[in-house]
Amino acid sequence: MTIWTMMAKMSEGLGRTCAIFFLTLLFSLPLGLLVALLRMSKNRVVSGITKAYISVLRGTPLMLQLLAVTYGPFYLFGASVAREKLVPVVIAFSLNYAAYFAEIYRGGIESMSLGQYEAAEVLGYSRLQCFMRIILPQVIKRILPSVTNEIVTLVKDTSMAFTVAYQEMFTIGKQIANSQTSFLPFVIAGVFYFVFNAAVGWVMGRAEKRLSYYR
Amino acid sequence: MAKLLEINHCRKQFGGTEVLTDLSLSVEEGQVLSIIGPSGSGKSTLLRCATLLETMDGGDLIYLGNYAARDENGRAVYAPRPELQKIRGMFGLVFQNFNLFPHYSVLKNVTEAPVLVQKRSAAEVREEAMALLDQMGLADRADAYPWQLSGGQQQRVSIARALAMNPKILFFDEPTSALDPELTGEILRVIRKLAEKKMTMVIVTHEMAFARDVSDYVVFMNGGVIVEEGDPRDVIDHPTHERTIQFLRRLQEQ
Repeated sequence: MTIWTMMAKMSEGLGRTCAIFFLTLLFSLPLGLLVALLRMSKNRVVSGITKAYISVLRGTPLMLQLLAVTYGPFYLFGASVAREKLVPVVIAFSLNYAAYFAEIYRGGIESMSLGQYEAAEVLGYSRLQCFMRIILPQVIKRILPSVTNEIVTLVKDTSMAFTVAYQEMFTIGKQIANSQTSFLPFVIAGVFYFVFNAAVGWVMGRAEKRLSYYR
Repeated sequence: MAKLLEINHCRKQFGGTEVLTDLSLSVEEGQVLSIIGPSGSGKSTLLRCATLLETMDGGDLIYLGNYAARDENGRAVYAPRPELQKIRGMFGLVFQNFNLFPHYSVLKNVTEAPVLVQKRSAAEVREEAMALLDQMGLADRADAYPWQLSGGQQQRVSIARALAMNPKILFFDEPTSALDPELTGEILRVIRKLAEKKMTMVIVTHEMAFARDVSDYVVFMNGGVIVEEGDPRDVIDHPTHERTIQFLRRLQEQ
């Protein structure tokens, strides 16, 4: 098999790799914010449950979580394993990344000075208006570098979907590597992730620059 | 003259320590009242209670006859949220460290709350805000961001932001303490101008000469109570209470 056929075959999985990546971001970024807000709740039960959630999802391997979400329903209820594995894969990824994003959001929110809340309160902003207009925009600017870190990791973590045999780019590459006894597919995958992350870095750099109009 | 603000028997504790003890105070329309006293005397806490940033443990807090809090058997019972929100519209607060919104331009810092909170027309608010910025000598800085301004300019923006809400009374919490002496002068000039226009103000300050000049009434606080109060020329120039004499002498020595 030539390098070109390998690349052609692997690129068939690119769509799925991108699907994991974009769908995970789409769900985990808002979910992470929600988890962060619940984590900071004054209600001990709520914050306790969220704390446990974060600690389990950060404390166990993503690979295990993928297996649990994909095959768990079968072992627990005898439900048939979904044929389209995108759903469990995205669920597992989103739950996992939300836990990390939540802690990043929390760090950002807690770094805001109390004076910003008080200024808004005295001016009569509701709590929601204060959060959406005054706090969150500044938090986003502060946490952007940490979020970029997570996104870069996510690009590489999509390869983890091979554990449930979801046919994304890396899974196909691994199959070719096995059948052809070749290391080349891994090199191709490596180059692909690198290029993908260069693009991520560029986009996030632009975003940071756009927010650099204030300090 | 109508009583604009009335605080009766205010009590406030922090973790068992009494910060304000049975403190009463009232401000009439057009009056400029200065609160002086050493750090830890409770001045700022009093201001924070008056502006609803802190809740009193006991006492009444009344704006133009509207009860924000009412004393019931020694405990302050606060009005429901919508009522408090209405009362918030009656006062403005200028912070020691400005607390401008750094991600908004100068103009947006001033215009957002009147449009968002008071639901006034954007065009009208904008025009008024520009006039206010002009008064503050900042008309040409409307599109600048807070970080591009000096401390004195930032404080003037924050005064404009408070005034844009058309408050009946304006509180200042040590408005010049974060500024060097040169910039202090420009803020004091602005406050003096407001006083000439009969703006009702309550000013917590360490600037004694200024307090004597600009205010109609001075309150000297120590240990959570008002020790001495009255005409500024009496309290500042001829204090009678031991603690006031001591405090003013120490200030002069500096």
